[in-house]
Amino acid sequence: MIESLIQLYTTDFVLYALAAGICLALVAGPLGSFIVWRRMSYFGDTLAHSALLGIAIGLLTNSNPQLSIIISCLFFAVLLTLLERRPGVSTDTLLGIIAHSSLAMGVVVLALSDSIRVNLEAYLFGALLTISSSDLLWVVAVDAFVSLVLYIFWNDLLSATVHAEIAEIEGTNVKRLNLILVLLIALVVSVSMKIVGVLLITSLLIIPPAAARGLAQTPEQMAIKASCIGSISIVVGLTVAFFLDVPVGPAIVVAASTIFLLLYFYPGVQRV
Amino acid sequence: MEDIKLSIEPGQIVTLIGPNGAGKTTLVRIVLGLLQADSGEIYRQASLQIGYMPQKMHVESTMPLNVFRFLQLSGKHDEAMVDETLTLLRILHLKRRQLAAVSGGELQRVLLARALMRKPDLLILDEPAQGVDLAGQAELYALISEISSNQGCGVLMISHDLHLVMSATDEVICLNQHICCHGKPEHVSNDPAYLDLFGARASQDIAVYTHHHNHRHDLTGKVTHSHDD
Repeated sequence: MIESLIQLYTTDFVLYALAAGICLALVAGPLGSFIVWRRMSYFGDTLAHSALLGIAIGLLTNSNPQLSIIISCLFFAVLLTLLERRPGVSTDTLLGIIAHSSLAMGVVVLALSDSIRVNLEAYLFGALLTISSSDLLWVVAVDAFVSLVLYIFWNDLLSATVHAEIAEIEGTNVKRLNLILVLLIALVVSVSMKIVGVLLITSLLIIPPAAARGLAQTPEQMAIKASCIGSISIVVGLTVAFFLDVPVGPAIVVAASTIFLLLYFYPGVQRV
Repeated sequence: MEDIKLSIEPGQIVTLIGPNGAGKTTLVRIVLGLLQADSGEIYRQASLQIGYMPQKMHVESTMPLNVFRFLQLSGKHDEAMVDETLTLLRILHLKRRQLAAVSGGELQRVLLARALMRKPDLLILDEPAQGVDLAGQAELYALISEISSNQGCGVLMISHDLHLVMSATDEVICLNQHICCHGKPEHVSNDPAYLDLFGARASQDIAVYTHHHNHRHDLTGKVTHSHDD
């Protein structure tokens, strides 16, 4: 077994997968914490669903797939932010409408075009092991950028999350910060499609912070511990997927939720 | 709202009273700059530092955050200065406590501490004593008065506890879409416009403004309703 483990982790494509996964998990810790604190998980989910439409459009227009996903995610992020301020339809309902209609539109568009043959399952549940070196580069570049922006605005983002009005009066531009946060989520969602897929991205963003909550005394501890839990989930999921011959994306999410459950019910861990 | 005119001097305490829907919170939000008035003008002293204490705060239990870190969100403050403020408000023992574990009355003091962090010239308080027990209320208003005179900051607050803020307030403004009457507290409480707005009950027993005296307890501690107050 140890021999096959060594063999597993010295193969190129597995190493790419591992690097991309851990890279995502590291940035997902702090970013996912904000999603948990601000109760935005449905928002992230909607962005992820709309990414499928981005893929379909990208394939139809023959443009760079990663770029078209990023652009469509950013577009939907801005659209949702604008629509959220309209009275009459609750945010919850609005997100539900956009999430499922964009997912459905994506599938329809993909099916309509005869010239394109795609593996839909890879987009829905991820195909971490097919990650190429250029995919990895995208993940690393985007995650480095997102981490940098989070680092710069960390205290302001926290302040705006805890009490928007006090933050505003103290001179923080809350509207701009909210937009920044939404765009960061869109960026991370768009590069993590290949890793866990449209349907599972949000879980990788929210399960590690939820698991880390009981272990943390400060927001920073929660973010860092969430990054660690996410990284462990990637390694465990990848290994289990290899030995049991199951899809990698779902295996990673199962690993993360197992850690969550263990920590949640482990006596001595503070429950919230 | 129309025809509003008010000014706050350094060290002066101005209290806004008025029935629900009178526009108290709207007026405060305009002064804070959170809302834009449709017409009219606001003159602020150059580089005016405002400290704001909201009516209430939703504490997000999913975020681990202690009182000290909460206060630091307004900027990097010297720890000695934080301790000094917490001591002044008699909540130094809460410094390392999680915000989610702080009681409602204590949270009001934590919010006041946050408002004081940036050494404000103008302190704006929206019902500061809400959720505070009666003894605590009097103490809180005394503290606000003390802070105002010691630090020379102006205070604008919304309050329903006129009988409690009486001694601490320089000016009371009675608001109902417009300024009904204003002046010293003892003057306002006898003003016809004030009596008109709040009814005869207000003059009979000013405790109508608190919700702490609307029932009595019998010897076993059971609540008995009496309508004479």
